Amino acid sequence: MGIKYLDITGVGIEFDTNGSKFRALQNVNLRMKKGEFVSLIGHSGCGKSTVLNIVAGLHRATEGGVVLEGKEVTEPGPDRAVVFQNHSLMPWLSVYENVELAVNQVFRKTKSRAERREWIEHNLQLVNMDHALDKLPGEISGGMKQRVGIARCLAMQPKVLLMDEPFGALDALTRAQLQDSLMEIQAELGNTVIMITHDVDEAVLLSDRIVMMTNGPAASIGEILDVNLARPRDRLDLAENPEFVHLRQQVLEFLYAKHSQPAKAAQETPQPERESAAVVEALSAEEDSGAKTGGPDSEAA
Amino acid sequence: MSDTATLKPDDRYQQLLARLGSRSFIEGLILPALGILVFLLAWQFSANRIETSLGKFPGPTQVWEQIENLGAEHKRERAKEAAFYQRQEERNARKLARDPDAVIKIRNYTGKPTFFDQIITSLLTVAAGFFIANLIAIPLGIVCGLSAATYKAMNPIIQVFKPVSPLAWLPLVTMVVSATYTAEDPVFDKAFLNSAITVALCCLWPTLINTTVGVTGIDRDLVNVSRVMALSPMVHVRKIVIPAAIPMIFTGLRLSLATGWMVLIAAEMLAQNPGLGKFVWDEFQNGSSNSLGRIMVAVIAIGLIGFMLDKLMLTLQKRVSWDKSAVLR
Ligand SMILES: Nc1ncnc2c1ncn2[C@@H]1O[C@H](COP(=O)(O)OP(=O)(O)OP(=O)(O)O)[C@@H](O)[C@H]1O
Ligand SMILES: [Mg+2]
Repeated sequence: MGIKYLDITGVGIEFDTNGSKFRALQNVNLRMKKGEFVSLIGHSGCGKSTVLNIVAGLHRATEGGVVLEGKEVTEPGPDRAVVFQNHSLMPWLSVYENVELAVNQVFRKTKSRAERREWIEHNLQLVNMDHALDKLPGEISGGMKQRVGIARCLAMQPKVLLMDEPFGALDALTRAQLQDSLMEIQAELGNTVIMITHDVDEAVLLSDRIVMMTNGPAASIGEILDVNLARPRDRLDLAENPEFVHLRQQVLEFLYAKHSQPAKAAQETPQPERESAAVVEALSAEEDSGAKTGGPDSEAA
Repeated sequence: MSDTATLKPDDRYQQLLARLGSRSFIEGLILPALGILVFLLAWQFSANRIETSLGKFPGPTQVWEQIENLGAEHKRERAKEAAFYQRQEERNARKLARDPDAVIKIRNYTGKPTFFDQIITSLLTVAAGFFIANLIAIPLGIVCGLSAATYKAMNPIIQVFKPVSPLAWLPLVTMVVSATYTAEDPVFDKAFLNSAITVALCCLWPTLINTTVGVTGIDRDLVNVSRVMALSPMVHVRKIVIPAAIPMIFTGLRLSLATGWMVLIAAEMLAQNPGLGKFVWDEFQNGSSNSLGRIMVAVIAIGLIGFMLDKLMLTLQKRVSWDKSAVLR
């Protein structure tokens, strides 16, 4: 059923660290539909950011490639906006100016000055930051900075919104607030999102699919989990929802039972047949949207 | 403040005493004053013991006398100048009254420059040198910071020329200027140009190096944000590179101005640019009993002006810095 929108095919990357080669990713395959929300989860250092950076165009894949709406990704661009982990606002620009920089770049030719102003304010309103337009990033809290970072990306109207642990550095309350805001915004705008997270609850709450990565080196996609919980989702209702609990359990099992230690996993994973089988399964799981889980690991178990 | 108003006078007196006894007051005022006093005493004491061929080494009192002398000379010279122009005007008016078609001549006053005129010349020279240097150093530093290849290419040149003394440059600069600067009616004095260019050659390096370091050190994430937004190279430099590097650029500018001011005196001595350096040199050649005192005045003036220039740069740096919490000193 899915018209493919974003297509990551056979992506692998080898870093050259002063002479010695380091293979970070091998044969990563993922297809996304328009408006889909996908989380990437996996242990630290497995290569999640690297996948994201390849989609963003900040890294070039050594083999394989990324195709977005029929066009191959060769360089970074505003159609694949990235929310970085530590907000990355320009500290010398005010909240308004930070968003303005992006908006002027993207809509220089298509929107008038007044329209751009309105658009900037509208996007800051979406993340509830319209009260601090003239504040410098140094003068607002971490959660507020992250909101502005999200507004900056939304304002570019990207085809895909890429988020690298956007809420990782925030306290639990602020994180919950921002997750709710993000769900509302995504419901309203229908963004296609790839989000990296370390937080299992966050992954289940927000995503349509959870992509679980094996440990590096030569990391790949281990399993893909479909989350078919009805939207809009409410964190309080879900806490006792058996399906939510089950999904959560499956992610935890993947992370802590099947791929707990990087060293152990490294011995297990480099089995090409299993890797490609996982991919085929994952892709067919997407076609056959009824399936809840994909990947041989779960079925083999 | 409001509680001061409601206090009884006695309390206020106590408060004043407390303030006088407080650390910040002692550290802010008393300690520097004490340092200066000790220095003056030591100076006076040792100066009396040093005999030179031009008499005793001047102590603070003699130097103060010379400051007054130089001030008086300046006033006299200005009065003479005013009188000269007045005489000239009257003469021309009379000429015109006799014959309306008479060709009148206006001559400039050509008196000896006073100490204060020489300070102005020195300041103008250092400003010119500083300006030329940074017109080159900042853009070049940005390019070196952005492109590792350019930096690698430039690095040997920077390392070799950085430690060169102004005295080595000056003869070369003089010859080149006299060969190439042959305008009929020169706007700038050759000696002025020689000194300014020599200063520029010496104060280029701190800005160049610091700008390069500042640009190289920009947060990777901010550069990535710029790449994601697909900013054009010009916008990238204007909106991201320059603001990010501004603190380092200013560190470079401050060092550069300090170097320039130090180099200037030597350059002026040799180039005979009518500034403080020439003043010192002339007094030295003069060799009167007042000379040493007058040179000492110049030394103090050079120090004070250098200090003020640095303060000026610091104020500017604070004004343009986006990081208001950074401690600048
Ligand atoms: N530019 C690079 N050069 C060399 N090695 C790199 C580079 N970027 C990443 N790596 C390596 O690739 C592996 C994956 O890194 P990556 O940053 O993608 O991990 P991650 O899953 O995002 O980890 P975390 O959850 O801690 O952010 C790591 O072993 C890292 O050392
Ligand atoms: Mg990461």
